[in-house]
Amino acid sequence: MTSNSNLSNMRRLVEQLKLEASVERIKVSQAAAELQQFCLQNAAKDALLVGVPTGSNPFREPRSCAVV
Amino acid sequence: MGEMEELRKEMENLKDQITAARKTFQDTTLQEAASGVTVVGRVQLKTRKTLRGHLAKIYAMHWGTDSTLCVSASQDGKLIVWDSITTNKVNAIPLKSSWVMTCAYAPSGNLVACGGLDNMCSIYNLKGKDGNVKVMRELAAHTGYLSCCRFLSDTEIITSSGDCTCVLWDIETGTEKMVFAGHQGDCMSLGVSPDFKFFISGACDFTAKLWDIREAQCRQTFSGHESDINAIGFFPNGNAVITGSDDATCKLYDLRADQELITYQDSSIMCGVTSLAASKSGRLLLAGHDDFNVNIWDMLKSERVGVLAGHDNRVSCIGVSSDGMACCTGSWDSFLKIWN
Repeated sequence: MTSNSNLSNMRRLVEQLKLEASVERIKVSQAAAELQQFCLQNAAKDALLVGVPTGSNPFREPRSCAVV
Repeated sequence: MGEMEELRKEMENLKDQITAARKTFQDTTLQEAASGVTVVGRVQLKTRKTLRGHLAKIYAMHWGTDSTLCVSASQDGKLIVWDSITTNKVNAIPLKSSWVMTCAYAPSGNLVACGGLDNMCSIYNLKGKDGNVKVMRELAAHTGYLSCCRFLSDTEIITSSGDCTCVLWDIETGTEKMVFAGHQGDCMSLGVSPDFKFFISGACDFTAKLWDIREAQCRQTFSGHESDINAIGFFPNGNAVITGSDDATCKLYDLRADQELITYQDSSIMCGVTSLAASKSGRLLLAGHDDFNVNIWDMLKSERVGVLAGHDNRVSCIGVSSDGMACCTGSWDSFLKIWN
């Protein structure tokens, strides 16, 4: 690696960091509140969280007897 | 060199600036903010189906968007498309290279992709005219292994590689549209945002990066992990990122606060995280580990609320279906299990 490419790599890293430093941020309190709200609002639709009644669980065989 | 020294100083200054800026927005912690929320009760999921057929370690799986079909990749050299409800194999696709590390299902259901130590991403058309599944494209340009791939559509796919880059491909022409360079270590995993505008990558440089797909630019970098990040995913609303690492922890980073919100760790968990998935509401985080288990966390309270113990070897991949009805785990024991 030549010293020129080291230099251009460094310049690129610095430009990238300038970009990342300039990102617009919101407060953690707002971010946390919105995550919480999303979880609670969608809880009822979350099968792994609230469970699925046997009858409507596509992965479970319904308990029934077949008349042969 | 004078300029080199100056640049190095500028780099350190900028890093300090970012750390300081993040701190000024840290007016609370997620733990404090969620203190009024009750912990989720014990989550006990049962194995509803076992998908048997692979003859060697399973390395990857991905659900189709219909929440019924899923694809798995094994080092037995096969990609299998399963109907998870009937457990039937819809397709068993023999691969040119058996060293597969990743697979993906296109949102349309028409294509699947895979890749690994062959450094290529192979695209297969499931809906070919004569009914045979054939290789449609071989995307070759990476100089390292293919660790992960995800379709944006039938015409575009993003790949991550051991060559430290991620690439956006034009499937029709088989060419690279964009190269995402910046990681200083092997890229191990990627996830696409729900709106398809961004993707995140986790790498062996211990960082996660958020990329703007169209601008080919890294927008944000998240550190904190003490080892390789093996797994990464978006929180369902697209505003946060979850990572899983060889340091045995998972972390939640918020994109808009630009910082880590919480670490999911327990002194009793000493094995690296191999894979992760969030439940539909984002409340549960399922993390697969080297110790054959999947730990289930309450994401808001950072408490372990369940364990899935059913595999006889490492859990290498995990996925929650789009409708949130079930979770699928794939293991080195050659089986996939469907749980809910």
